[in-house]
Amino acid sequence: MTEEIRPPVLAKTAPAPPADDLPPGIPAGRPRVRRPVVLAAMTALLLLLCLLSLAVGSRQIPLGQVLSALTGPHDGEVGAIVWDVRVPRTLLGVLAGAALGVGGAVMQALTRNPLADPGLLGVSAGAAFALMLSIGVAGVSSFYGYVWFAFGGALAASAAVYVLSGLGRGGQTPIKLALAGIAVTFMLESITRGVSLVDPQVLNRYRFWSSGSLTGQDTSTLLQVLPFLATGGLLALALAPALNNLALGDDVAASLGRRLRLIRVQGVAAVVLLTGAAVAVAGPILFVGLVVPHAVRALTGPDQRWLLPLTAVLAPCLLLAADIAGRVVARPQEIDVGIVAAFLGAPFFIALVRRRRLAEP
Amino acid sequence: MSAIEVTRTAGRTAVRLARPRASMILRPRLVLTCAGLAAATFLVLCYCLATGDYPLGLGEVIPALWGGGDQGTVLIVRTLRLPRALIGLLAGAAFGMSGAVFQTLTRNPLASPDMIGITQGAGTAVVAGIVLGVGAGLGTQTLGLGGALLTALLIYALAWNRGTTGFRIVLVGIGVNWVFVGATQYLIVKAKVYQAQQAVGWLVGNLNGRGWESVRPLAIALAVLVPVMLLLSPWLRSLQFGDQVAGGLGVPVQRARLALLCAAVGLVAFATAAAGPVAFVALAAPQIALRLAGTPRPPLTASALCGALIVLGCDLTAQRLFADLELPVGVVTGVLGAPFLLWLLVRANRSGTGG
Repeated sequence: MTEEIRPPVLAKTAPAPPADDLPPGIPAGRPRVRRPVVLAAMTALLLLLCLLSLAVGSRQIPLGQVLSALTGPHDGEVGAIVWDVRVPRTLLGVLAGAALGVGGAVMQALTRNPLADPGLLGVSAGAAFALMLSIGVAGVSSFYGYVWFAFGGALAASAAVYVLSGLGRGGQTPIKLALAGIAVTFMLESITRGVSLVDPQVLNRYRFWSSGSLTGQDTSTLLQVLPFLATGGLLALALAPALNNLALGDDVAASLGRRLRLIRVQGVAAVVLLTGAAVAVAGPILFVGLVVPHAVRALTGPDQRWLLPLTAVLAPCLLLAADIAGRVVARPQEIDVGIVAAFLGAPFFIALVRRRRLAEP
Repeated sequence: MSAIEVTRTAGRTAVRLARPRASMILRPRLVLTCAGLAAATFLVLCYCLATGDYPLGLGEVIPALWGGGDQGTVLIVRTLRLPRALIGLLAGAAFGMSGAVFQTLTRNPLASPDMIGITQGAGTAVVAGIVLGVGAGLGTQTLGLGGALLTALLIYALAWNRGTTGFRIVLVGIGVNWVFVGATQYLIVKAKVYQAQQAVGWLVGNLNGRGWESVRPLAIALAVLVPVMLLLSPWLRSLQFGDQVAGGLGVPVQRARLALLCAAVGLVAFATAAAGPVAFVALAAPQIALRLAGTPRPPLTASALCGALIVLGCDLTAQRLFADLELPVGVVTGVLGAPFLLWLLVRANRSGTGG
């Protein structure tokens, strides 16, 4: 991973010590934690959590048996539990977490707004709206049906936001993008809520979907959304240097040779693919994408080339840890991952932003 | 030197008085916007009072406000229609004004009190009351008020680390918001369907069945806090440039921000207690007012008027167009407010006001 990282653009003219990654005017705090060390530590943590996620559940299976079931044949009760329930669940946690985290980081960079979450373009509201339509109007009742309705709704809503924010004489600006996104989000959410207030059946489905869950998807659905996630992830990672330039302002980025329209199209496409697919399969766990990039930024600075990979590793950690905790806390019942993630992640997050001198995205 | 000095620089007309020593920039468009919004609000208010299942003429409504006319008319106007219309008016104004303050202080158009957790705290308190019966005897009004005020206190305390900044408050607010959204979600999932319906009905923002007991606290709060806010607005004007510039201009930054936040939180807490967290108003009203008036930051008075007009007009729409559904106002604010904001965004003609 380190070989791909080229030296910072600004360092060509002004070589600077690592602490000077902060924008001018913000004094550097304590020396930064070394980023490769953080990345390695987080990856190790993620692997550990994956193992835990495979081992912990309503039925206690010793780790040795889990491992032998993983390497051995798919038959037997243990094999069935591990392969049909826990592996898809863990995979979903990793994929959805990484997608939402990276989507949030890109969204914050595109709008230059710390309050931007990965659903800001109307992604989750569009998904919920389409879901409501599919339940209330089309009468879809299978999970499999939900996924594609939700994904389609997410794509349609964010396409509308993108087009709307580009209309008008001023052209597209970060603020117009954010405001158009939030306006469409509120509009769709209002309709969804209105329908769910009138139709208790829709409310009943909607409230369970909207708290977010990693259960209920099988491996084949995951494999079907994987291409979307992979494309979105690659688009986002390729965009990182351009996003660094964009942080300096539209004018500076343009004068550094960046094509703003191209950056925005690519960024929006990345966010929509990542968030749309993740929300469709796991529900709107958007706060993961809002908060984890801030946490990473507070740890290792605002360089997008590190921010995006680190977020892609830390966000699944949070989601998996929350999912595991949700299984353990209320045994034999489970608490939905979105809810546990809030209680688990928020204290850490608040402690982090209290402690550090913060660089705005 | 004359008593009044009028100068024109950079296309703006400035007026300076010799005594009392004061100066201001004339903003005809802002004045016109305020007047237009006020007139529209007044018309909608009249329409709210005059129409319904039992239509009345304005000639009957106005005397009935003071108890004149026959008994039935007085009952309809003063007991049934007036409190609801007043809550819409006052809560909308409070949401609009506090939204303008939050957006200016944090220099972020997305930083309305709903986004940084204050109304979410109120929501959690009320939903806990509905689902668990915690303090249910207090009623949604007290619970909502307490929840909002405690949440604001929590955010400020957590964001304080030898002083604080607008940015830190926003970030801590995101975290706190997250916890309360999670808690509310948990309660709703655990609830029985009818409880969930009641909870969601409150969380959307709702004026159905509100009476004078909800109007009084809100009216008193506005009577105190709106003048305070207008007195504090010079500080707000300086703080929009950031802490360092404001400090250089002689503003006591921390104290000024605390005072402004207290007033804004008070407004939003009382409005939420009376009407529920009506979605979108605190965020959209300042942005709509800013674009209508062509000012560089959300104007306080116009934002308040705009918020009042949105809530009142949307409640009227909900009552008249969807009469048999009893649709809450919060559902309509998003559906009607969002296209208007989008339209303003699309037809923005200056980069300064188009944002």
